Amino acid sequence: MIYTQNLTKTYGDQTVLNIDNLEIPKGQIFGLVGNNGAGKTTFFSLLLDLIQPTTGQVINNEVQVNTSEAWKPFTSAFIDETFLIGYLTPEEYFYFIGELRGQSKADVNELLGDFEDFFHGEILGQKKYLRDLSKGNQKKVGIVASFIGKPQVIILDEPFANLDPTTQIRLKEIIKNLGRDREVTVLVSSHDLIHVTEVCERIVVLNKGEIVKDIQTSKETLKELELFFGG
Amino acid sequence: MAIFLFLGVGSYYIIEKEGLGNPLLVVNKYMIYYLVMDLYIRYMLQKMPILNIKPLLYLPFKKSQVVSYSLGKTVFSFFNWAHAFFFVPFSIVLIIEGYNPMGVIGWHLGIMALFYCNNFVNIMMNNKDIVFYPLVAFLAVLGVCQYYEWFDITIYTAPIFNIFYDIPWTSLISWVALIGLVVSAFNYFKKNMYLDGGLATKHDIAKSEDYTWLNRFGNLGTFLKNDIKLIKRNKRSKTTVIMSFVFLFYGLLFFTGSVEAYNNPVWKIFAGIFVSGGFLFSFGQFVPSWDSSYYPLMMSQNIQYKEYLSSKWYLIIIATIISTILSAFYLYFGWDAYLAVIVGAIYNVGVNSYLVLWGGAYIKTPIDLTSNKKAFGDKQAFNVKTLLLTLPKLLLPILIYGIGHYLINPTAGYIFVALTGVLGFAFKNVVFNMIEKIYKKEKYKTLLAYKQKA
Repeated sequence: MIYTQNLTKTYGDQTVLNIDNLEIPKGQIFGLVGNNGAGKTTFFSLLLDLIQPTTGQVINNEVQVNTSEAWKPFTSAFIDETFLIGYLTPEEYFYFIGELRGQSKADVNELLGDFEDFFHGEILGQKKYLRDLSKGNQKKVGIVASFIGKPQVIILDEPFANLDPTTQIRLKEIIKNLGRDREVTVLVSSHDLIHVTEVCERIVVLNKGEIVKDIQTSKETLKELELFFGG
Repeated sequence: MAIFLFLGVGSYYIIEKEGLGNPLLVVNKYMIYYLVMDLYIRYMLQKMPILNIKPLLYLPFKKSQVVSYSLGKTVFSFFNWAHAFFFVPFSIVLIIEGYNPMGVIGWHLGIMALFYCNNFVNIMMNNKDIVFYPLVAFLAVLGVCQYYEWFDITIYTAPIFNIFYDIPWTSLISWVALIGLVVSAFNYFKKNMYLDGGLATKHDIAKSEDYTWLNRFGNLGTFLKNDIKLIKRNKRSKTTVIMSFVFLFYGLLFFTGSVEAYNNPVWKIFAGIFVSGGFLFSFGQFVPSWDSSYYPLMMSQNIQYKEYLSSKWYLIIIATIISTILSAFYLYFGWDAYLAVIVGAIYNVGVNSYLVLWGGAYIKTPIDLTSNKKAFGDKQAFNVKTLLLTLPKLLLPILIYGIGHYLINPTAGYIFVALTGVLGFAFKNVVFNMIEKIYKKEKYKTLLAYKQKA
């Protein structure tokens, strides 16, 4: 589904990302871990054509992202609060995204119905603008909005951060469900090793912009990761 | 700043030359309005110390230290010392011109204390719109009354300021008032220094709005809905709307002949463009910066630039038409005046609407929608490219009118300008494609620029 070739990003003489070759097959739940500054967000920003690669290219479903925009209809993402529109209510925001992705209000409402548990009564009908919601609740909105319009690729940067324990557990279920029918490719980054190993079938470890591990998740993966980051 | 300085030195001689009377008395007469304007500007722009208090709460300082630090910091605010640029030179000139030095010093200190009073009044009034707007409205009414000589408040207020000069020690009174305000501000903040008390941020009660009537415009409607909400729900954009309303009256300077230099006929077109284009200039020049806080979202969604830009374009056009209708009161100055506004509007729609959108691509100033900071100008907004783009916005129509006016007759001048507008309108698609290309080219730079917080 996603294929990157010879992908590098340098600022001045500092290389922040340098990935020779990476292929993420369709339907995979892909986890990206690494310390701060490892290049996780840089990588995601390159996938979304928010920054330009210094060399190389990203191919998303046969579309080269920095030359064509044809990847946008089937790709969605929640990276940070710059993906939220602060002066809208959550409902308005969902409908706005829905309209951009060709979904009617009824379609959106149906989707939202599935996430009532996840929202835990704190999102819909609260008479609050997004800018006045707590960080965790903002995150819930952003994550659910990225599910609107049946995307084939979903990119979530640190989706577990700021969420309360109940919501974290629910989010894990949601992501696992997404991967079940092998239609949706999900890319997740996290600082929480337990969460990633639980959710992702494949984990790539970035360190200073380079891939240092590429693991098919198994029982030993968590130990392996803890050893790597602990040492 | 230089203007302040110049006024400080020059105003004495200007007032004297114009034969308005004793310069000190004249300044004192209008002092009340100066003070109120000062308070108004502070209210709109001055940053509140509360914003800086929060991170200090957890640190090992005594509460009273934190409060005095925060309040103390405001003393050095630009809004306080800016006035010195006027009053220090003015006072020096007074002394040079033979006014009683003791009196001048007393007056100077007394007035300065009043500006500091404003500083603390503003802090205590922080964001209490209910108190503030009626107060300003009341004083605006007084101003109008004075203009029409119905009632002159300065008769009652001027003596207060005069007395600072006549009896220097009375300026102590304003210092006492200042101290009183400082103490009460101090106590007020100390008492309310809790996150759910005085430091709580105000939350608006949100109501979801559908604007279903806009659905018929398809994707364009989606953006229009969003833009309407943007304007309605953010402080900064509301200020812009108010500013464009003020522009409506800009033409009065020209059509009443109150400024001699503007009596030249070509200036009418200049006025016409500003009167109908207030919103165009104040809102349009910051497209796409209005969406700066969520630009990455826009750039990764399935959005056609054309629709995005069209939405902003329609907003500008609608606002221009509304401005034109509202400015019908210029008919009072004759058909000629209103014709200038209409012709200006046509030019705005046909040519300037593109130019502002084009220029916006180069501005790249992130906008903090929730504050009025920088609402009245920002040096980043003035770069060579945007400056060059103002030439066709303002000078070209004047030139075109001038050609028609002097070679044939005034009517021909109007027709020429209007025709240029109509011509521009006809090329909408071509121009939009061009602007779209520029936006695409600038995309990465824009994203990077918006990342730096406003």
